[in-house]
Amino acid sequence: MEGKKQAVIQAVQNETALTNVQELMNSSTERCYKACVTNPGASLTGNEQKCLSSCFDKYLEAFTIVSKAYGTRLRSE
Amino acid sequence: MSDASLKLDAATQKELQAFIAQETAQRKVNESIHQFTKMCWDKCISNVTSGRLAPAESSCLTNCVGRFLDASLHLVNDVESKRQQINAA
Repeated sequence: MEGKKQAVIQAVQNETALTNVQELMNSSTERCYKACVTNPGASLTGNEQKCLSSCFDKYLEAFTIVSKAYGTRLRSE
Repeated sequence: MSDASLKLDAATQKELQAFIAQETAQRKVNESIHQFTKMCWDKCISNVTSGRLAPAESSCLTNCVGRFLDASLHLVNDVESKRQQINAA
């Protein structure tokens, strides 16, 4: 019984984590593409690639800050 | 889940229900965080190539979340007042 229970718990947690990562990728790709690739060419330029990477790092930071701000607020209400 | 006959006793079912409720709440929180990040990124970040977040951008993001929640509460209170006005009339 314990094994089945753990299997369910693990599966659900994995699903939550996967959904979270997918959402993060979709959001960051959308915003960073908009910011970095203003004139789509036949392939990504070096500058565009650098911009995308910088932007992604920044988006992760922003996500972390927002998580903290929201978490703090939830705990205080 | 490969086990098609996931028969569980009542106690285990109860535990799992509690866990699922908690996990569902966590997913709602996660979804909100994603919505806030998108909204506040659009409000606060203009330069995407500058590397790390500037202090001004950090506080903008934090304020953005706080003020959105305040705005939400404010409007809920407005709606409640209106509801009470209608009931009193």
